[in-house]
Amino acid sequence: MASRWRWFHQLGSPKWFFEKSSKWLPWIWASTLILLAIGLYYSLWASPIEARQGQGHTVRIMYIHVPAAALSMVGYVVMAIASIIGLVWKMKMAFAASRAIAPIGAAMTFIALFTGAVWGKPTWGTWWEWDARLTSELLLLFLYLGFIALHSSFAERAKADKAASVLAIVGVINVPIIYFSVKWWNTLHQGYSVTQKGALAPEFQVPLFIMIGAFYLLFIGLVIMRLRVEVLIREQKSRWVSDWAASHEPKQMQKRG
Amino acid sequence: MFSALLKRELMVARRNWIGIVIPLFFFIMVVSLFPFGVSPEAPVLQKIAPGIIWVAALLSTLLSLEQFYRSDYQDGSLEQTLLIAGPTQVASAKILAHWLLTGLPLVIISPLLGILMQINHGFVESNHTWVLMLSLLLGTPTLCLIGAIGMSLALAANRNGMLVAILVLPLYVPILIFGTSTVTASLENFSYNGQLAILAALLMIALVVSPFAAGRALKISVS
Repeated sequence: MASRWRWFHQLGSPKWFFEKSSKWLPWIWASTLILLAIGLYYSLWASPIEARQGQGHTVRIMYIHVPAAALSMVGYVVMAIASIIGLVWKMKMAFAASRAIAPIGAAMTFIALFTGAVWGKPTWGTWWEWDARLTSELLLLFLYLGFIALHSSFAERAKADKAASVLAIVGVINVPIIYFSVKWWNTLHQGYSVTQKGALAPEFQVPLFIMIGAFYLLFIGLVIMRLRVEVLIREQKSRWVSDWAASHEPKQMQKRG
Repeated sequence: MFSALLKRELMVARRNWIGIVIPLFFFIMVVSLFPFGVSPEAPVLQKIAPGIIWVAALLSTLLSLEQFYRSDYQDGSLEQTLLIAGPTQVASAKILAHWLLTGLPLVIISPLLGILMQINHGFVESNHTWVLMLSLLLGTPTLCLIGAIGMSLALAANRNGMLVAILVLPLYVPILIFGTSTVTASLENFSYNGQLAILAALLMIALVVSPFAAGRALKISVS
Protein backbone atom coordinates (compact mmCIF):
# COMPACT_ATOMS: atom_id res chain seq x y z
CA MET A 1 0.00 0.00 0.00
CA ALA A 2 2.71 2.41 0.99
CA SER A 3 4.60 1.97 -2.23
CA ARG A 4 1.54 2.46 -4.36
CA TRP A 5 0.99 5.93 -2.99
CA ARG A 6 4.63 6.83 -2.84
CA TRP A 7 4.55 9.00 -5.97
CA PHE A 8 1.69 10.99 -4.47
CA HIS A 9 3.59 11.69 -1.27
CA GLN A 10 6.67 12.57 -3.27
CA LEU A 11 4.65 15.05 -5.31
CA GLY A 12 3.83 16.72 -2.02
CA SER A 13 7.49 17.44 -1.41
CA PRO A 14 8.57 20.72 -3.02
CA LYS A 15 12.22 19.72 -3.00
CA TRP A 16 11.57 16.41 -4.73
CA PHE A 17 9.42 18.12 -7.35
CA PHE A 18 11.94 20.85 -7.97
CA GLU A 19 14.78 18.41 -8.51
CA LYS A 20 12.83 15.96 -10.63
CA SER A 21 11.05 18.52 -12.78
CA SER A 22 14.33 19.94 -14.02
CA LYS A 23 14.88 16.53 -15.59
CA TRP A 24 11.36 16.30 -16.97
CA LEU A 25 11.33 19.71 -18.59
CA PRO A 26 13.70 19.11 -21.51
CA TRP A 27 11.69 16.03 -22.54
CA ILE A 28 8.40 17.89 -22.25
CA TRP A 29 9.65 20.86 -24.25
CA ALA A 30 11.23 18.67 -26.90
CA SER A 31 8.06 16.67 -27.45
CA THR A 32 5.98 19.86 -27.39
CA LEU A 33 8.13 21.39 -30.11
CA ILE A 34 8.02 18.27 -32.26
CA LEU A 35 4.26 17.91 -31.95
CA LEU A 36 3.71 21.63 -32.53
CA ALA A 37 5.93 21.57 -35.61
CA ILE A 38 4.12 18.57 -37.09
CA GLY A 39 0.72 19.87 -36.06
CA LEU A 40 1.26 23.37 -37.38
CA TYR A 41 2.69 22.15 -40.67
CA TYR A 42 -0.15 19.71 -41.07
CA SER A 43 -2.87 22.16 -40.12
CA LEU A 44 -1.58 25.35 -41.75
CA TRP A 45 -0.21 23.97 -45.02
CA ALA A 46 -0.90 20.31 -45.63
CA SER A 47 -4.54 20.06 -44.59
CA PRO A 48 -7.27 20.79 -47.12
CA ILE A 49 -9.40 23.90 -46.93
CA GLU A 50 -13.05 23.60 -46.08
CA ALA A 51 -14.94 23.95 -49.33
CA ARG A 52 -18.47 22.92 -48.47
CA GLN A 53 -19.34 25.77 -46.13
CA GLY A 54 -17.28 28.22 -48.11
CA GLN A 55 -15.00 28.87 -45.19
CA GLY A 56 -11.81 28.57 -47.18
CA HIS A 57 -8.71 29.11 -45.15
CA THR A 58 -10.54 30.34 -42.07
CA VAL A 59 -11.12 26.72 -41.08
CA ARG A 60 -7.46 26.66 -40.06
CA ILE A 61 -8.33 28.79 -37.03
CA MET A 62 -9.95 25.65 -35.65
CA TYR A 63 -6.54 24.08 -34.99
CA ILE A 64 -5.77 26.77 -32.42
CA HIS A 65 -9.29 27.49 -31.24
CA VAL A 66 -10.37 23.98 -30.27
CA PRO A 67 -7.21 22.99 -28.31
CA ALA A 68 -7.17 26.32 -26.46
CA ALA A 69 -10.83 25.99 -25.54
CA ALA A 70 -10.31 22.41 -24.35
CA LEU A 71 -7.35 23.40 -22.23
CA SER A 72 -9.19 26.36 -20.75
CA MET A 73 -11.77 23.96 -19.28
CA VAL A 74 -9.36 21.18 -18.37
CA GLY A 75 -7.11 23.75 -16.70
CA TYR A 76 -9.94 24.99 -14.53
CA VAL A 77 -10.94 21.47 -13.50
CA VAL A 78 -7.34 20.62 -12.60
CA MET A 79 -7.09 23.88 -10.65
CA ALA A 80 -10.25 23.00 -8.73
CA ILE A 81 -9.05 19.45 -8.03
CA ALA A 82 -5.72 20.82 -6.79
CA SER A 83 -7.68 23.21 -4.58
CA ILE A 84 -9.70 20.37 -3.09
CA ILE A 85 -6.52 18.37 -2.43
CA GLY A 86 -4.97 21.43 -0.82
CA LEU A 87 -7.94 22.12 1.42
CA VAL A 88 -8.55 18.51 2.44
CA TRP A 89 -5.02 17.13 2.81
CA LYS A 90 -3.32 20.48 3.51
CA MET A 91 -0.80 19.80 0.79
CA LYS A 92 1.44 22.77 0.08
CA MET A 93 2.21 21.72 -3.46
CA ALA A 94 -1.48 21.53 -4.38
CA PHE A 95 -2.01 25.19 -3.49
CA ALA A 96 1.12 26.13 -5.41
CA ALA A 97 -0.19 24.17 -8.40
CA SER A 98 -3.57 25.88 -8.46
CA ARG A 99 -1.84 29.24 -8.22
CA ALA A 100 0.49 28.25 -11.07
CA ILE A 101 -2.34 27.09 -13.33
CA ALA A 102 -4.60 30.15 -13.00
CA PRO A 103 -2.82 32.65 -15.32
CA ILE A 104 -2.09 29.99 -17.93
CA GLY A 105 -5.70 28.84 -17.91
CA ALA A 106 -6.81 32.44 -18.20
CA ALA A 107 -4.51 32.89 -21.20
CA MET A 108 -5.96 29.76 -22.84
CA THR A 109 -9.47 31.09 -22.25
CA PHE A 110 -8.50 34.39 -23.79
CA ILE A 111 -6.96 32.66 -26.82
CA ALA A 112 -10.11 30.59 -27.26
CA LEU A 113 -12.32 33.68 -27.10
CA PHE A 114 -10.05 35.72 -29.36
CA THR A 115 -9.65 33.08 -32.05
CA GLY A 116 -13.37 32.41 -31.78
CA ALA A 117 -14.09 36.06 -32.50
CA VAL A 118 -11.70 36.10 -35.46
CA TRP A 119 -13.28 32.93 -36.79
CA GLY A 120 -16.79 34.14 -36.11
CA LYS A 121 -16.45 37.29 -38.20
CA PRO A 122 -16.10 35.54 -41.60
CA THR A 123 -18.33 32.54 -40.84
CA TRP A 124 -21.12 33.97 -38.70
CA GLY A 125 -20.71 37.57 -39.79
CA THR A 126 -20.17 38.86 -36.27
CA TRP A 127 -17.30 39.17 -33.83
CA TRP A 128 -19.44 38.34 -30.87
CA GLU A 129 -22.81 36.84 -30.20
CA TRP A 130 -24.46 36.33 -26.81
CA ASP A 131 -24.59 32.63 -27.46
CA ALA A 132 -24.63 30.19 -24.54
CA ARG A 133 -21.18 28.78 -25.12
CA LEU A 134 -19.51 32.11 -25.80
CA THR A 135 -21.09 33.63 -22.72
CA SER A 136 -20.14 30.76 -20.44
CA GLU A 137 -16.59 30.79 -21.76
CA LEU A 138 -16.44 34.53 -21.00
CA LEU A 139 -17.62 33.74 -17.47
CA LEU A 140 -14.80 31.21 -17.21
CA LEU A 141 -12.34 34.00 -17.99
CA PHE A 142 -13.95 36.12 -15.25
CA LEU A 143 -13.67 33.22 -12.80
CA TYR A 144 -9.97 32.83 -13.57
CA LEU A 145 -9.45 36.56 -13.13
CA GLY A 146 -11.45 36.48 -9.88
CA PHE A 147 -9.20 33.70 -8.60
CA ILE A 148 -6.06 35.69 -9.46
CA ALA A 149 -7.50 38.91 -8.00
CA LEU A 150 -8.54 37.20 -4.77
CA HIS A 151 -5.25 35.37 -4.39
CA SER A 152 -3.23 38.55 -4.78
CA SER A 153 -5.28 40.57 -2.27
CA PHE A 154 -4.01 38.89 0.87
CA ALA A 155 -0.96 39.71 2.91
CA GLU A 156 -0.65 36.14 4.19
CA ARG A 157 -0.07 33.46 1.59
CA ALA A 158 -1.73 30.71 3.64
CA LYS A 159 -4.97 32.64 3.79
CA ALA A 160 -4.79 33.55 0.12
CA ASP A 161 -4.33 29.89 -0.81
CA LYS A 162 -7.34 28.72 1.15
CA ALA A 163 -9.69 31.53 0.16
CA ALA A 164 -8.84 31.32 -3.54
CA SER A 165 -9.25 27.53 -3.38
CA VAL A 166 -12.80 27.83 -2.07
CA LEU A 167 -13.56 30.18 -4.96
CA ALA A 168 -12.04 27.80 -7.49
CA ILE A 169 -14.17 24.94 -6.18
CA VAL A 170 -17.38 26.98 -6.23
CA GLY A 171 -16.67 28.20 -9.76
CA VAL A 172 -16.18 24.72 -11.17
CA ILE A 173 -19.98 24.55 -11.62
CA ASN A 174 -19.44 26.62 -14.73
CA VAL A 175 -17.32 24.02 -16.54
CA PRO A 176 -20.08 21.45 -17.23
CA ILE A 177 -22.31 24.36 -18.24
CA ILE A 178 -19.77 25.36 -20.92
CA TYR A 179 -19.28 21.78 -22.00
CA PHE A 180 -22.96 20.96 -22.40
CA SER A 181 -24.08 24.45 -23.44
CA VAL A 182 -24.13 23.48 -27.10
CA LYS A 183 -26.38 20.57 -26.28
CA TRP A 184 -28.72 22.33 -23.86
CA TRP A 185 -29.20 25.54 -25.78
CA ASN A 186 -29.47 25.30 -29.50
CA THR A 187 -27.87 28.62 -30.38
CA LEU A 188 -25.20 29.80 -32.77
CA HIS A 189 -22.11 27.86 -31.69
CA GLN A 190 -21.91 24.49 -33.41
CA GLY A 191 -22.32 21.24 -31.54
CA TYR A 192 -19.64 18.94 -30.25
CA SER A 193 -18.13 17.11 -33.19
CA VAL A 194 -14.43 16.56 -32.54
CA THR A 195 -14.51 12.90 -31.57
CA GLN A 196 -17.85 12.01 -33.11
CA LYS A 197 -17.61 9.42 -35.83
CA GLY A 198 -18.07 10.86 -39.29
CA ALA A 199 -18.74 14.40 -38.10
CA LEU A 200 -15.25 15.54 -38.98
CA ALA A 201 -13.30 14.19 -41.95
CA PRO A 202 -10.03 12.43 -41.05
CA GLU A 203 -7.93 15.02 -42.89
CA PHE A 204 -9.23 17.58 -40.41
CA GLN A 205 -9.35 15.28 -37.43
CA VAL A 206 -5.75 14.05 -37.48
CA PRO A 207 -4.04 17.45 -37.41
CA LEU A 208 -6.56 18.62 -34.84
CA PHE A 209 -5.67 15.74 -32.52
CA ILE A 210 -1.98 16.44 -32.98
CA MET A 211 -2.58 20.08 -32.08
CA ILE A 212 -4.65 19.13 -29.03
CA GLY A 213 -1.80 16.87 -27.89
CA ALA A 214 0.70 19.64 -28.49
CA PHE A 215 -1.39 22.10 -26.47
CA TYR A 216 -1.65 19.65 -23.58
CA LEU A 217 2.12 19.29 -23.52
CA LEU A 218 2.59 23.03 -23.84
CA PHE A 219 0.20 23.56 -20.96
CA ILE A 220 1.99 21.00 -18.79
CA GLY A 221 5.37 22.53 -19.61
CA LEU A 222 4.22 26.05 -18.80
CA VAL A 223 2.56 24.95 -15.56
CA ILE A 224 5.72 23.14 -14.44
CA MET A 225 7.81 26.23 -15.20
CA ARG A 226 5.50 28.45 -13.19
CA LEU A 227 5.24 25.88 -10.44
CA ARG A 228 9.03 25.79 -10.11
CA VAL A 229 9.11 29.55 -9.60
CA GLU A 230 6.18 29.27 -7.19
CA VAL A 231 8.05 26.60 -5.21
CA LEU A 232 11.18 28.75 -5.02
CA ILE A 233 9.16 31.72 -3.73
CA ARG A 234 7.28 29.64 -1.18
CA GLU A 235 10.29 27.71 0.07
CA GLN A 236 12.72 30.62 0.00
CA LYS A 237 13.48 30.23 3.70
CA SER A 238 14.38 26.56 3.48
CA ARG A 239 17.90 25.28 3.28
CA TRP A 240 17.81 23.54 -0.08
CA VAL A 241 16.61 26.70 -1.85
CA SER A 242 19.48 28.78 -0.53
CA ASP A 243 21.88 26.00 -1.49
CA TRP A 244 20.38 25.87 -4.96
CA ALA A 245 20.52 29.64 -5.27
CA ALA A 246 24.14 29.69 -4.20
CA SER A 247 25.11 27.13 -6.82
CA HIS A 248 23.16 28.99 -9.53
CA GLU A 249 24.37 32.48 -8.75
CA PRO A 250 25.62 34.35 -11.83
CA LYS A 251 29.39 34.42 -12.01
CA GLN A 252 29.75 38.19 -11.86
CA MET A 253 27.82 38.33 -8.61
CA GLN A 254 30.01 35.65 -7.12
CA LYS A 255 33.10 37.64 -7.97
CA ARG A 256 31.72 40.77 -6.36
CA GLY A 257 30.65 38.79 -3.29
CA MET B 1 -28.22 28.20 18.86
CA PHE B 2 -29.31 29.12 15.35
CA SER B 3 -32.21 31.26 16.59
CA ALA B 4 -29.90 33.01 19.05
CA LEU B 5 -27.49 33.81 16.24
CA LEU B 6 -30.31 35.02 14.04
CA LYS B 7 -31.70 37.16 16.84
CA ARG B 8 -28.32 38.74 17.31
CA GLU B 9 -28.01 39.56 13.62
CA LEU B 10 -31.47 41.11 13.57
CA MET B 11 -30.79 43.14 16.69
CA VAL B 12 -27.52 44.49 15.34
CA ALA B 13 -29.32 45.41 12.14
CA ARG B 14 -32.18 47.14 13.99
CA ARG B 15 -29.74 49.36 15.82
CA ASN B 16 -28.23 50.33 12.53
CA TRP B 17 -31.44 50.45 10.54
CA ILE B 18 -30.29 53.20 8.20
CA GLY B 19 -27.82 50.72 6.76
CA ILE B 20 -30.74 48.48 5.84
CA VAL B 21 -32.73 51.26 4.20
CA ILE B 22 -29.87 52.58 2.07
CA PRO B 23 -29.66 49.55 -0.28
CA LEU B 24 -33.42 49.75 -0.71
CA PHE B 25 -33.23 53.41 -1.72
CA PHE B 26 -30.33 52.55 -3.96
CA PHE B 27 -32.50 49.93 -5.65
CA ILE B 28 -35.34 52.39 -6.27
CA MET B 29 -33.04 55.19 -7.41
CA VAL B 30 -31.03 53.10 -9.85
CA VAL B 31 -34.22 51.88 -11.50
CA SER B 32 -35.71 55.38 -11.66
CA LEU B 33 -32.60 56.69 -13.42
CA PHE B 34 -33.41 54.75 -16.56
CA PRO B 35 -36.54 56.65 -17.60
CA PHE B 36 -34.34 59.78 -17.52
CA GLY B 37 -31.46 58.13 -19.28
CA VAL B 38 -33.16 56.00 -21.91
CA SER B 39 -36.68 57.14 -22.60
CA PRO B 40 -39.81 57.77 -20.52
CA GLU B 41 -42.05 56.14 -23.13
CA ALA B 42 -44.05 53.23 -21.79
CA PRO B 43 -43.32 50.62 -24.53
CA VAL B 44 -39.57 51.21 -24.27
CA LEU B 45 -39.59 51.10 -20.48
CA GLN B 46 -41.64 47.95 -20.43
CA LYS B 47 -39.18 46.26 -22.73
CA ILE B 48 -36.14 47.01 -20.59
CA ALA B 49 -37.90 46.77 -17.22
CA PRO B 50 -37.11 43.13 -16.31
CA GLY B 51 -33.40 43.50 -16.96
CA ILE B 52 -33.10 46.80 -15.16
CA ILE B 53 -35.05 45.77 -12.09
CA TRP B 54 -33.03 42.56 -11.85
CA VAL B 55 -29.66 44.23 -12.33
CA ALA B 56 -30.57 46.82 -9.71
CA ALA B 57 -31.61 44.06 -7.30
CA LEU B 58 -28.30 42.32 -7.92
CA LEU B 59 -26.26 45.47 -7.26
CA SER B 60 -28.16 46.44 -4.14
CA THR B 61 -27.64 42.94 -2.73
CA LEU B 62 -23.93 43.33 -3.37
CA LEU B 63 -23.95 46.75 -1.73
CA SER B 64 -25.59 45.51 1.43
CA LEU B 65 -23.25 42.54 1.85
CA GLU B 66 -20.45 44.69 3.29
CA GLN B 67 -22.54 45.82 6.21
CA PHE B 68 -23.46 42.32 7.30
CA TYR B 69 -19.98 40.91 7.39
CA ARG B 70 -17.40 43.69 7.51
CA SER B 71 -18.14 45.28 10.89
CA ASP B 72 -18.47 41.90 12.63
CA TYR B 73 -15.11 40.92 11.24
CA GLN B 74 -13.44 44.16 12.21
CA ASP B 75 -14.63 44.35 15.82
CA GLY B 76 -13.83 40.69 16.42
CA SER B 77 -17.37 39.55 17.16
CA LEU B 78 -17.26 37.21 14.17
CA GLU B 79 -14.36 35.38 15.73
CA GLN B 80 -16.25 35.10 19.01
CA THR B 81 -19.43 33.74 17.42
CA LEU B 82 -17.35 31.21 15.49
CA LEU B 83 -15.97 30.00 18.81
CA ILE B 84 -19.39 29.23 20.26
CA ALA B 85 -21.15 27.95 17.11
CA GLY B 86 -20.24 25.96 14.04
CA PRO B 87 -19.19 27.92 10.95
CA THR B 88 -22.08 26.59 8.86
CA GLN B 89 -24.54 27.76 11.49
CA VAL B 90 -23.01 31.21 11.72
CA ALA B 91 -23.04 31.54 7.95
CA SER B 92 -26.67 30.38 7.66
CA ALA B 93 -27.79 32.86 10.33
CA LYS B 94 -26.01 35.68 8.53
CA ILE B 95 -27.45 34.69 5.16
CA LEU B 96 -30.99 34.39 6.50
CA ALA B 97 -30.76 37.73 8.31
CA HIS B 98 -29.29 39.35 5.22
CA TRP B 99 -32.13 38.08 3.07
CA LEU B 100 -34.86 38.97 5.57
CA LEU B 101 -33.57 42.52 5.86
CA THR B 102 -32.57 43.31 2.29
CA GLY B 103 -33.93 40.63 -0.07
CA LEU B 104 -37.46 40.47 1.28
CA PRO B 105 -37.96 44.29 1.35
CA LEU B 106 -36.78 44.29 -2.24
CA VAL B 107 -39.46 41.78 -3.17
CA ILE B 108 -42.10 43.76 -1.32
CA ILE B 109 -41.17 47.07 -2.94
CA SER B 110 -40.88 45.62 -6.46
CA PRO B 111 -44.54 46.32 -7.45
CA LEU B 112 -43.75 50.01 -7.02
CA LEU B 113 -40.91 49.64 -9.49
CA GLY B 114 -43.19 47.69 -11.77
CA ILE B 115 -45.46 50.73 -11.84
CA LEU B 116 -42.52 53.09 -12.40
CA MET B 117 -41.31 50.96 -15.30
CA GLN B 118 -44.83 50.61 -16.79
CA ILE B 119 -44.72 46.84 -16.54
CA ASN B 120 -48.50 46.54 -16.88
CA HIS B 121 -48.72 48.98 -19.75
CA GLY B 122 -51.27 47.99 -22.38
CA PHE B 123 -52.70 45.07 -20.43
CA VAL B 124 -55.94 44.92 -18.52
CA GLU B 125 -54.91 42.11 -16.22
CA SER B 126 -51.97 42.95 -13.99
CA ASN B 127 -50.41 39.57 -13.31
CA HIS B 128 -46.97 40.67 -14.50
CA THR B 129 -46.36 42.30 -11.16
CA TRP B 130 -46.96 38.99 -9.43
CA VAL B 131 -44.56 37.24 -11.78
CA LEU B 132 -41.93 39.88 -11.07
CA MET B 133 -42.41 39.44 -7.34
CA LEU B 134 -42.34 35.68 -7.60
CA SER B 135 -39.15 35.69 -9.63
CA LEU B 136 -37.49 38.03 -7.13
CA LEU B 137 -38.79 35.93 -4.25
CA LEU B 138 -37.07 32.86 -5.70
CA GLY B 139 -34.01 34.72 -6.95
CA THR B 140 -32.96 37.07 -4.16
CA PRO B 141 -32.26 34.30 -1.59
CA THR B 142 -29.87 32.75 -4.10
CA LEU B 143 -28.19 36.15 -4.53
CA CYS B 144 -27.72 36.37 -0.76
CA LEU B 145 -26.44 32.79 -0.56
CA ILE B 146 -23.83 33.21 -3.30
CA GLY B 147 -22.89 36.69 -2.14
CA ALA B 148 -22.17 35.28 1.31
CA ILE B 149 -19.45 33.02 -0.13
CA GLY B 150 -17.74 35.87 -1.98
CA MET B 151 -17.99 38.27 0.92
CA SER B 152 -16.67 35.75 3.45
CA LEU B 153 -13.72 34.99 1.18
CA ALA B 154 -12.86 38.64 0.71
CA LEU B 155 -13.13 39.57 4.40
CA ALA B 156 -9.47 39.20 5.22
CA ALA B 157 -8.28 40.62 1.90
CA ASN B 158 -6.55 43.95 1.71
CA ARG B 159 -8.98 45.42 -0.77
CA ASN B 160 -12.72 45.10 -0.69
CA GLY B 161 -15.92 46.29 -2.32
CA MET B 162 -14.85 45.92 -5.92
CA LEU B 163 -13.15 42.61 -5.20
CA VAL B 164 -16.40 41.08 -3.93
CA ALA B 165 -18.17 42.27 -7.07
CA ILE B 166 -15.55 40.62 -9.28
CA LEU B 167 -15.80 37.35 -7.38
CA VAL B 168 -19.56 37.19 -7.18
CA LEU B 169 -20.94 38.76 -10.36
CA PRO B 170 -19.92 35.88 -12.70
CA LEU B 171 -21.79 33.51 -10.40
CA TYR B 172 -24.84 35.81 -10.43
CA VAL B 173 -25.24 35.59 -14.20
CA PRO B 174 -27.44 32.44 -14.33
CA ILE B 175 -29.86 33.95 -11.81
CA LEU B 176 -29.99 37.17 -13.80
CA ILE B 177 -30.66 35.25 -17.02
CA PHE B 178 -33.51 33.17 -15.66
CA GLY B 179 -34.91 35.97 -13.47
CA THR B 180 -35.26 38.37 -16.37
CA SER B 181 -36.45 35.72 -18.79
CA THR B 182 -39.25 34.80 -16.37
CA VAL B 183 -40.57 38.36 -16.44
CA THR B 184 -39.95 38.79 -20.15
CA ALA B 185 -41.85 35.58 -20.93
CA SER B 186 -44.76 36.81 -18.88
CA LEU B 187 -44.70 40.19 -20.64
CA GLU B 188 -44.86 38.41 -23.99
CA ASN B 189 -47.69 36.19 -22.76
CA PHE B 190 -45.62 33.02 -22.87
CA SER B 191 -45.49 30.36 -20.20
CA TYR B 192 -42.94 31.20 -17.53
CA ASN B 193 -43.18 28.09 -15.33
CA GLY B 194 -39.99 26.59 -16.72
CA GLN B 195 -37.89 29.61 -15.83
CA LEU B 196 -39.41 29.77 -12.37
CA ALA B 197 -38.61 26.09 -11.87
CA ILE B 198 -34.98 26.69 -12.82
CA LEU B 199 -34.80 29.66 -10.41
CA ALA B 200 -36.14 27.37 -7.70
CA ALA B 201 -33.62 24.68 -8.64
CA LEU B 202 -30.76 27.19 -8.45
CA LEU B 203 -32.03 28.22 -5.03
CA MET B 204 -32.02 24.59 -3.87
CA ILE B 205 -28.46 24.02 -5.08
CA ALA B 206 -27.28 27.23 -3.43
CA LEU B 207 -29.09 26.30 -0.22
CA VAL B 208 -27.15 23.05 -0.04
CA VAL B 209 -23.73 24.33 -1.08
CA SER B 210 -23.52 27.91 0.09
CA PRO B 211 -23.88 27.79 3.92
CA PHE B 212 -21.15 25.18 4.06
CA ALA B 213 -18.82 27.00 1.66
CA ALA B 214 -19.45 30.39 3.28
CA GLY B 215 -18.84 28.84 6.69
CA ARG B 216 -15.50 27.45 5.56
CA ALA B 217 -14.65 30.83 4.09
CA LEU B 218 -15.50 32.63 7.35
CA LYS B 219 -13.30 30.19 9.21
CA ILE B 220 -10.42 30.87 6.82
CA SER B 221 -10.87 34.62 7.17
CA VAL B 222 -10.62 34.66 10.96
CA SER B 223 -7.89 32.02 11.19
